[in-house]
Amino acid sequence: MSAEGQPANSLLLAVGQLTKLFGTFAACNGINLDIKPGEIHALLGENGAGKSTLVKMLFGVLAPTSGQIVWQGQPVRISSPSAARKLGIGMVFQHFSLFEALTVAENIALSMDPGVSLARIAKEASDLSHAYGLPLDPHAHVADLSVGERQRIEIVRALLQNPKLIILDEPTSVLTPQEADRLFETLNKLKAEGRSVLYISHRLEEVQRICDRATVLRHGKVTGACDPRQETPSSLARMMVGGDVAHVSAEGTGTKGAIKLEARHLSASARTPFAVSLKNICLKVHAGEVLAIAGVAGNGQGELFDALSGEYPVASDDVILISDKPVGTRGINARRLMGAGFVPEERHGHAAVSALSLSDNLILARSQSDRRAFLGGGPLGLIRQDAVKMAAKRISAAMDVRKSGENPPAGSLSGGNLQKFIVGRELDRQPTVLIVNQPTWGVDAGAASRIRQALVDLAKSGSAVLVISQDLDEIFEVATEIAVISEGRLSDIYPASDLSREKIGLLMGGMYGKTETAETAHAH
Amino acid sequence: MRIELERRADVSKLFSILSPFIALGLTLFFGGIMFMMLGKDPFSALYSFFIEPLTEVWSLHELAIKAAPLILIAVGLSVCYRSNNWNIGAEGQFIMGAIAGSILPVVFYEWQSPLVLPLMMLLGMLGGALFAGIPAFLKAHLNTNEILTSLMLVYVAQLFLDWLVRGPWRNPGGMNFPETRTFDATAVLPEMFASGRAHWGFGFAILAAILIWFMMRYTLKGFEITVLGQSQRAGRFAGFSSRKMIWFSMLLSGALAGLAGIAEVSGAIQQLRPVISPGYGFTAIIVAFLGRLNPLGIVVSGLVLALTYLGGEAVQVSLQISDKPIRVFQGLLLFFVLSCDTLIHYKIRMIWYDLNDTTGEGAR
Amino acid sequence: MGMFEAILLTVITAATPLVLAAIGELVTERSGVLNLGVEGMIIMGAACAFIATQLTGSPYVGILAGIASGAIFSLLFGFLTLTLVANQVATGLALTILGLGVSSMIAEPYLGQSGIKLPQIVFPVLSDIPFLGAVLFKQDLIFYLSIALVAGVNWFLFKSRAGLKLRSVGDSHASAHALGINVIRTRYLAVMFGGACAGLAGAQLSLVYTPQWAENMSAGRGWIALALVVFASWRPWRIVAGGYLFGAVSISQLYAQASGVGIPSQFLSALPYLATIIVLILISHNRRTTLINTPASLGKSFVPDR
Repeated sequence: MSAEGQPANSLLLAVGQLTKLFGTFAACNGINLDIKPGEIHALLGENGAGKSTLVKMLFGVLAPTSGQIVWQGQPVRISSPSAARKLGIGMVFQHFSLFEALTVAENIALSMDPGVSLARIAKEASDLSHAYGLPLDPHAHVADLSVGERQRIEIVRALLQNPKLIILDEPTSVLTPQEADRLFETLNKLKAEGRSVLYISHRLEEVQRICDRATVLRHGKVTGACDPRQETPSSLARMMVGGDVAHVSAEGTGTKGAIKLEARHLSASARTPFAVSLKNICLKVHAGEVLAIAGVAGNGQGELFDALSGEYPVASDDVILISDKPVGTRGINARRLMGAGFVPEERHGHAAVSALSLSDNLILARSQSDRRAFLGGGPLGLIRQDAVKMAAKRISAAMDVRKSGENPPAGSLSGGNLQKFIVGRELDRQPTVLIVNQPTWGVDAGAASRIRQALVDLAKSGSAVLVISQDLDEIFEVATEIAVISEGRLSDIYPASDLSREKIGLLMGGMYGKTETAETAHAH
Repeated sequence: MRIELERRADVSKLFSILSPFIALGLTLFFGGIMFMMLGKDPFSALYSFFIEPLTEVWSLHELAIKAAPLILIAVGLSVCYRSNNWNIGAEGQFIMGAIAGSILPVVFYEWQSPLVLPLMMLLGMLGGALFAGIPAFLKAHLNTNEILTSLMLVYVAQLFLDWLVRGPWRNPGGMNFPETRTFDATAVLPEMFASGRAHWGFGFAILAAILIWFMMRYTLKGFEITVLGQSQRAGRFAGFSSRKMIWFSMLLSGALAGLAGIAEVSGAIQQLRPVISPGYGFTAIIVAFLGRLNPLGIVVSGLVLALTYLGGEAVQVSLQISDKPIRVFQGLLLFFVLSCDTLIHYKIRMIWYDLNDTTGEGAR
Repeated sequence: MGMFEAILLTVITAATPLVLAAIGELVTERSGVLNLGVEGMIIMGAACAFIATQLTGSPYVGILAGIASGAIFSLLFGFLTLTLVANQVATGLALTILGLGVSSMIAEPYLGQSGIKLPQIVFPVLSDIPFLGAVLFKQDLIFYLSIALVAGVNWFLFKSRAGLKLRSVGDSHASAHALGINVIRTRYLAVMFGGACAGLAGAQLSLVYTPQWAENMSAGRGWIALALVVFASWRPWRIVAGGYLFGAVSISQLYAQASGVGIPSQFLSALPYLATIIVLILISHNRRTTLINTPASLGKSFVPDR
């Protein structure tokens, strides 16, 4: 599949032996990839397989260590994003490259020729966005837009350059199923116009649905090139993961116990201008249940976690109950002492402090709940390092945390291993209530399946588990009950078996009627 | 040419220890060049700046006197900076501590008792803490930047002291000099050793450094300080309050600066004057960073910076140059300390030119 | 010339260095860099402008020397915080300490010399307008520059593409980098502009405000300028409003001292500093507006991966 094997003029892009080293670590190692005009080409791989590094090299954000890029038959050196844009390469980033304080038009202007006036850019963007069914108000401030609308800006910004190749990095991870369908229509339209799309994903169904060819990466190397429609999901998964991933087994649940966690008409106003307020949320989680809350990012998931965990206590006591005791105004440690455990979304700087060791990160969550075991010296509060280190070792063994050294800093662990430690830190206490926000976000498949199984097992053992997740696959794997959050409101709770993806998608879109008009309170 | 940084996977232990010494070496080197430009022999200048003060007993005592306030203040500041609270107004807290502690020997000068001295020290700590409480309150409850407020209050404290010693507290028998009456013997901090002037302020400094070191190293409070300094959000997850930490760190550093102030006045000057500090509160910021915000490191760096004060005085006499180079030395030292700290977290690579760069856009 | 006119003229003279230093720092902060070394850059500018004027006899050479010294001095800060990613707060403090030290050392021989005051540039006709003429059109070059700079910065930030790039770098350096904007170079330029403006402010102090050299003659103006940027919510024209307000406060306390009101002079001298604190409280207690206006990556270091 190297560039030499094909007649050069029939290929839009041919990448040969492309390598990127960070220090001694090879993020990409001798990658070969070619893209034909007018095809949708999938780049498949797990988190950390090197997909993002590869496309950043194609877009000129990273400089390759070695290897070559051939564009329309000519070897090129893409030294910057503007060079990539000049060649005809457009990019839609996974973590958007947008500026919250600027307007849509200003965001687009930043990647345009400086000769074009802002008014003209606004006009063109508006026209183009309507032509592709991605309506945008060029004068809105990005901070006020939903995730889906933000992605539209990225796509319109790329399209305005009239590119021959558009790279999309995990575009559907932030969309509802219906929004994703609309995106696929747009992609097919682009394909019909003779443009090529490099589509990065780890979702096999979508790839099989819209892509003509696929290249699979693992540990920075190409492990397969195929027509995804000729493959089965499990054969694709094997190419991605390099083996079979244990299936999460949810069999044997169903013994509902008492209510362990309850929210009664929980409302909370937004703390910052860019946050979402919670509106009249009611939920109950029984012992033995896994309640999963689905929803598109930025609809109040973080705020719900903050209120339930007690990181930001709410105004009245009896809107949140743990084991039938009102705790609304109590802090996070009081709730931990009542048997609750918490896993926030962001690993670095929230669930863990990157520069501190694993044992220190254990104290972070358990200094009060395990006061007797971990602290000595009475009012002095001396930390018993031996006891803490023993416990950290126990957790690492139980969750199979792979690390370099006995007690390394949290920042040196891979995302999956750190997440296993963070989840294990709570499981180690056998919590009666566990609240987890995005349990496997950015985690490799092996670690994800282990974490999901652990959540299911915890519920089976009689605890109440609340999982907040954007990943529908994950939700269907672990949930016994499902609810959907949209704009700070929670839907009714349904048994997991009663819901389809489409139904969840409709609930995500907000059955309460979505307000499209953006508030522009902080216009310059 | 450009310089590229590559983040180390782990903190470099070697450079954690080495970096202050590299900084010191660079400062000496550039200091030598500075003396050359002033037309002096750099070696003899550096000798009289840094070595000569260490050769006599009396000057060792002077060293301890100058190091005491620097260490006391810097130890408090290290707690502030580690918890991400930027108190830069220690100079003002030093002055207010000195004023509060001087109430007894200046206003109630007739009361002579063994209780006077301990009470003075306590009042000094209280004065410094209350004055630091102003920026703490403003930051914790009104969201006001502590860097600017604490600094502005330095000017206020200096003017307040100026008013006191020229106005209500002026020594009635002092021939109109702007100074208070000299303290009674019961209000003077005694000498630590029989061999010279060094007073108990130095003892306080060492004690404070050891206590704070113990707190940072072994206790949950120290852990809380570290966590909140690294990430407020993670601190909140642990159940720590960043608002309480603002109060704790500011009051603690204010109290230590106040203690430094009253110890200096009681032990070394024995009266209040319009100017009672050669900028200890600001120099202590350098001390804190040179000691890598570690209380034991601060003891060493406090002695080093104290030496620059003594050395400055020494070269004034021996080389007939002004005392101005001291502050240049101190500023240079802080610059080099901060630059060398980069080595702890990053590998630095010099890239002279890029062989593959043909487009001219490579110089990014 | 009327009494009111005279007062207004002194207010302008007191306000101009604050406006200059603040408008420079505003640009620096809009790019996401917090340079607390304004005080140090001002005093360097004051010293170098005074020395150059004494050596050449031309205050215009002095102005150039002030600008150049501020810009070069700020490069030190830029090198540490941008290239070596040192902590911006600590490095800013270092710049102030070093600036106070270096300036007092190099300008020591000039202590007590009487300087040359920057001459006025009188606009014919316009300066004859009653009242306004004397206030607006019979001023020195630095005053005109200060107004032109504010207008220019306002245009640059909100009307030019380069200004849009600078604001984008201050909003999210990671996004800017992903789009191919050179974050580090933009920030170096913004830091140097801030340094140049602070240097010019220093030149105003030693060539116009009090045409002589005195140690620490910046007297905390760098810190007040930093507060002004917060007060102005990072909008150029509000710097002028704030700067003149502060100028008025400091001049009124001088008049109060001179007229011998029964308040001790020290209390009056403390007024500008207390006013700064009060203004900061008023501006920042509303977390919402502070959060919206503050450049989102202010004070954060950036290491590009290549």
